[in-house]
Amino acid sequence: MSTLTLDRDEIVRLAALATGDEKHEASSYSTLDALLVLYGRVLRVDPADPGWEQRDRFILSKGHGPAAYYAVLSWRGFFPEHWLPTFTRQGSRLGSHPDRLLVPGVEASTGSLGHGLPLAVGAALALRAKGGDQRVVVLTGDAELNEGSNWEAIMLAPQLQLGNLTLLVIDNGSSTIDLVPIHERLAVFGWHAEPVDGRDHAALEAALSARYDSPAAVVATVRTTP
Amino acid sequence: MIAMRAQAIDTVAELFEDDPRVAVVLAEISVDRFEPVFAQDPARAVNVGIMEQTMVGVAAGYALEGFHPVIHTITPFVAERALEQLKLDFGHQQLGVLVITVGGSYDYGSEGPTHHSPGDVQAFLTIPATEILVPGAAAEADQLVRATYANGHLTYLRTQLVVNREPRDVEFGRLLIERRGTQATVVAVGPMLDRTLDATAGMDVTVLYATTLTPFDAETLNRELAGDDVIVVEPFYAGTLAGTLTAALRDRPVRLHAVGVPRAIIRDYGTPEQLDHVLALDAAGIRRQITSAIG
Repeated sequence: MSTLTLDRDEIVRLAALATGDEKHEASSYSTLDALLVLYGRVLRVDPADPGWEQRDRFILSKGHGPAAYYAVLSWRGFFPEHWLPTFTRQGSRLGSHPDRLLVPGVEASTGSLGHGLPLAVGAALALRAKGGDQRVVVLTGDAELNEGSNWEAIMLAPQLQLGNLTLLVIDNGSSTIDLVPIHERLAVFGWHAEPVDGRDHAALEAALSARYDSPAAVVATVRTTP
Repeated sequence: MIAMRAQAIDTVAELFEDDPRVAVVLAEISVDRFEPVFAQDPARAVNVGIMEQTMVGVAAGYALEGFHPVIHTITPFVAERALEQLKLDFGHQQLGVLVITVGGSYDYGSEGPTHHSPGDVQAFLTIPATEILVPGAAAEADQLVRATYANGHLTYLRTQLVVNREPRDVEFGRLLIERRGTQATVVAVGPMLDRTLDATAGMDVTVLYATTLTPFDAETLNRELAGDDVIVVEPFYAGTLAGTLTAALRDRPVRLHAVGVPRAIIRDYGTPEQLDHVLALDAAGIRRQITSAIG
């Protein structure tokens, strides 16, 4: 875990460099603060060794709008800043949806909604089988929770008592289906779920740092642009 | 004779015991048959319940962490319902898994179309670099599971109830030569071998036996090619392997004929053997089709 100064302006600057054709801007910027807090204060990672076995795992399940994700990874040193302006250009490693085979630091290739949480459950099980204390944090959008595969995994994870799993829901008000309050719905399934202000760094850090015997869910509400 | 599914599960259980990187992820089906692996190490064996998409995703999570996952259920519930998970979680991410299904084509003949899956191989063929295995006997399933479980690829192994009388000593990626002739070449796939040999009795044709469909053994096919007609006898939708054979024979002008499951919803009930007869996929029906094709 690191205790870096959370330079939000720097992340906004870096994200703005990724000016490709397709940015899913609302999706990207709503994740910005949570990603900054995760990579600056919560996750145990080593940008010099992206495959370090002891690292915590992060999966951007929704995949959409990865400009902020790429900005944070670049800020942490997983790849150089000059990659960012190549975003979505022919020959770039940075597509509209992250590819783990192309981008250092990306744990899973995502983009089709509803894949990341089951993957994260499997990774959490595997890490437990290996006896490690690493965590798995998976980010979904609120609209992504419309996908049924998420609810399969939401049912499953508490039964498996995956205390090394954290679901971070970025609620930017995109869902057509009214899921509010999401944290209450997750709690019904056995998650330790709490709502936070998705722009409040201290609240995000506290919520995302906590671990319980059951899987944790942090529902970060974001209704403002950067 | 041990059933193909039972053998495949027994082999996985042995590998699970010997190799700490093997993980088993199930979606309720066959949990009782996998009891030894749950008893041995529940950290590497999980039954997710009736949720096939999550079964695939969870297996991919194990694969991301360096395990060799094995998943298993009834054919359509993974090959069709969870096809996108297979494509993206494994194909796109270049992760390995061994998918073992039970109930190929119309093995669940009394259950009706909801449990049929003659389109399974065609579905898997849409995912590049998938390895597809169709053993024709339990011992062949054992050999192919051992050869592929840790290969790092998306590998699909299809089991069926009807098997050949005697297993062959199969090798991953190789066609076997069953009979040599001069007038035509017949490629029999997995459980279709015995009935194809019966169907072609007295015919002057070469019969090759395929248990690995991808990667396909183009070298043996081209070397053993007899005549200008190639007939593939396949236990799934007729024509499924047309693209594979066309690619394998790209430099050879041949007439390609497909004998397989007709492309229609099967509304009849019965045992696999009864449906084989109804669909002209018993020896007599195959002989009629081959004779019609090559005259």
